[in-house]
Amino acid sequence: MADSRGSAAPKPSSSVKLVLLGESAVGKSSLVLRFVNNDFQENKEPTIGAAFLTQKCNLPTRTIKFEIWDTAGQERFASLAPMYYRNAQSALVVYDLTKPTSLTKAKHWVAELQRQASPGIVIALVGNKLDLTNETSSSTGASANFAGSEDAAGESEENHAEADADADADDEETHDARKISTAEGKAYADEEGLLFFETSAKTGTNVTDVFTAIANAIPEHTLKGGRGAAAAAQGALGARGDADPSRVNLNGPRKDVGAKEGCAC
Amino acid sequence: MEESKESQKESGQAGNGQPSPESSKPRTPEQEARIPGNGGNGSSGTNVEGREEAQDNALVAETISRTVHSKDSSEIDRESSAETPPPLPPRPVNLESTDAQNTLHLSGKQARPKLQSHPTTAVSLTDISTQVNNEGIRETYPSTTGGLTSPLSVASQFNNRFGSPKSSETEDTASIKSYVPTLETGGDVESLLGEVLGNGQQDPAWRFMTAQGENQNAADELLPEDAAFEKDFQKEFKELEAINAEGTNEEAVLDAWTSRMKHFLILSAAGKPIYSRHGDDNITSGYIGIIQTIISFYQNADDTLKSFTAGDVKFVVLSKTSLYLVAISRLGESDGQLRAQLEALYMQILSTLTLPRLQTIFSNRPSSDLRRPLSGTEPLLSALADTFTRGSPPTLLSALECLRLRKSHRQVIDQTLLKTRTENLLYGLIVAGGRLVSVVRPKKHSLHPSDLQLIFNMLFETEGVKTAGGENWIPLCLPGFNNTGFLYMYVSFLSAKEDENEDESQRPSTSSSFNKEEEVAVLLISPKKESFYEMQQMRDDVVEQLQKNGSMDLIKAAVRRGRPHVTDVVPGTVLRHFLYKSKANVQFAMPSFEPHFKGLVARRKLLSIYHTLHANVHSKISHLKVHYCVSRDSISLAWTTPLFELYCVAGPSASRGALAQSANKVVQWARKEEERIFIIGGAVF
Repeated sequence: MADSRGSAAPKPSSSVKLVLLGESAVGKSSLVLRFVNNDFQENKEPTIGAAFLTQKCNLPTRTIKFEIWDTAGQERFASLAPMYYRNAQSALVVYDLTKPTSLTKAKHWVAELQRQASPGIVIALVGNKLDLTNETSSSTGASANFAGSEDAAGESEENHAEADADADADDEETHDARKISTAEGKAYADEEGLLFFETSAKTGTNVTDVFTAIANAIPEHTLKGGRGAAAAAQGALGARGDADPSRVNLNGPRKDVGAKEGCAC
Repeated sequence: MEESKESQKESGQAGNGQPSPESSKPRTPEQEARIPGNGGNGSSGTNVEGREEAQDNALVAETISRTVHSKDSSEIDRESSAETPPPLPPRPVNLESTDAQNTLHLSGKQARPKLQSHPTTAVSLTDISTQVNNEGIRETYPSTTGGLTSPLSVASQFNNRFGSPKSSETEDTASIKSYVPTLETGGDVESLLGEVLGNGQQDPAWRFMTAQGENQNAADELLPEDAAFEKDFQKEFKELEAINAEGTNEEAVLDAWTSRMKHFLILSAAGKPIYSRHGDDNITSGYIGIIQTIISFYQNADDTLKSFTAGDVKFVVLSKTSLYLVAISRLGESDGQLRAQLEALYMQILSTLTLPRLQTIFSNRPSSDLRRPLSGTEPLLSALADTFTRGSPPTLLSALECLRLRKSHRQVIDQTLLKTRTENLLYGLIVAGGRLVSVVRPKKHSLHPSDLQLIFNMLFETEGVKTAGGENWIPLCLPGFNNTGFLYMYVSFLSAKEDENEDESQRPSTSSSFNKEEEVAVLLISPKKESFYEMQQMRDDVVEQLQKNGSMDLIKAAVRRGRPHVTDVVPGTVLRHFLYKSKANVQFAMPSFEPHFKGLVARRKLLSIYHTLHANVHSKISHLKVHYCVSRDSISLAWTTPLFELYCVAGPSASRGALAQSANKVVQWARKEEERIFIIGGAVF
């Protein structure tokens, strides 16, 4: 996949603006860092303002170049957000699986995007820090069971998150810091017509999948120079059209966590 | 005072333009004067602070602090007080060695009472240029001889460990002479006095001293190991563990907390904690309560608590816009220096919020919790605090450091910035290795050093921006420029080895592995929040142009070259390190810390020496122009003129003459290199 563009005629390439939103310390920057540099940093300091990064994502039929706005989560930067999502074709709204308030905040962002952003915007809801939960399934592809985490290794928040006292105490592997069930996130995403993933920026679980799914979900006609291919349904759903239309397809050929399938990163 | 006198003498000599022997003669009296001065100090037991106390009508609190301070606050003071009667070098020897003429001058002891009554006049003869005439010299002599030399001067001179072997009489003589050469700096006001130096050097005593100094230098250690300090200081930056639920480790954590050498606390006037460098609320809340009580006690009396001292710990309080900022230091910094550090923290808060917002928050609800609006700023505050604790020349001097580049090369870069400038640009900066390469700015606005300090702190001392990778668009208030509104800063780091990128329109991305010292960053500041893409375009143009005209390679080469070693600046010098600040440019230059100051602790000790020199030279009452300081570990010299400030440090066995001579060389070097080590004007539009 990644090499395909060298072989035959160059695939059409188009750029897609993507904005990350979410409460502070949920791991937005870490997701981007994993996607762009395949890297992870413990105790990353908070983003100030916003960071702009690019990364290409090779799909079978075309190349998508993501222009990513990674915004700071602190409230005082919220007034700048419209500048970043105004012309965005896609958005990643991130919450922290171990922190209920962060889902509330995420819902606010989703509502704001639906009200203010461009109408066709593809929104993905992402529950991050899957590594802090102790789900044991090793499969990253099991749909409806968004597992694939690794046990929390005692490392707590990536950012200086003000974790709940409970979460802090959950350093042992037998404890599960998860506060928001997969079903809860999924139900909300379905209701609002969002893509839904649970990820770990730390281990890399599902990270590239999120971006690939977004790339696939961008309607062809909104892409400059895009050529007709597997038609993505209008609205944010049905990546690749081979799954239950109301659900995100997570059955992609993901084998290992750090894999860069689909993306030239 | 002694120093000032010396400089005066020098000036007088210069005015005379007399041959060497004569020139040397007049100085001797001063030396002698100095010695009695010391004795006087010892007896009176005063030091700089003590003096201040006497003169200062300041607030009660302040005075109290000073009195305490004079006894035991900083180690310097402690030592000075402990050894108050400094070993007085036998004066007669001096007299013999020098001329009888001098003694005549000394006879003017009647002058003493005069001096006492007007101690300031002698000291305040700061402007060397005014004193070129002979009469001036004579006036100054009596003052020096009188032994009335202000306690300040004595204290400052000997404040570092009187016991040092250097204070032998011979050294003293040499030292006096050493001041003469310092005046030999072409082109300056002092240049009038230039010829004296050469003559002075021919003096046998001078030569002897110089030789001696050079011989001994190699052997001794400037900073002997101080295991306890080293151990404590290494711990300084470690995070405290939290008190566990059962409180079993409370004592240990508290011990660790109190053993920190430096604390910064910020609280609201209502007593809400806002920031603490060490420890969480569980530890600090009690202390914050106490501090708030103390502060408000004085506030109620319509008096403002500025500082106080307890044991060897100094507390400095800055109250601003419903905030109390408190510095607690065991590192021997002066009130003024700590206050400047607190100001910087306050500036960081303003930079996050702007002044009107801060005022609104507290006028609406005085009990507001500022931590929420400030969230995300803690790393910046901590980075500033740690920079201060480690010791930071830019902060001490309130100046910035530039990358040394040839003038013509810098001009090309300036021109490039001017050519590529876009409509909404306010300031454009290129920064490399933490040093400024070039600035483009509007004619009517200059960049405030304190603003640049905040920016550099954000970019180079914290990871938030760097590791975000790619490009950044950061709203920030630059309080020095305008504390009421935000500007927007575009930041792009160019890794020194990123040459191969630029594939298609691939945006720059920060690779996690590049070396801090080799970072080149482009900063473009605009008042318009929508102008990101415009700035991005400018950045692309700038980088393309700089690569095309070779400037980028020059910058990278200059960054890799690093700072010169001190021996590259002055070959064969006794100096271990120096700081040279150009007042007009608000910039400073310094050599590499290597090889003498490797590591955190050695650097902190060096910076402590600089802090002491700086404090003494900037003491409000002293007006010292030249300040020479002998300690067990080092000898050091501070020299200020209207044009520059120079601080230099040499090993303990270096002679004063050699030190002064090197200081002169440094000044000459700075003159010669001025357009390379400093940005003069910058690109203005």
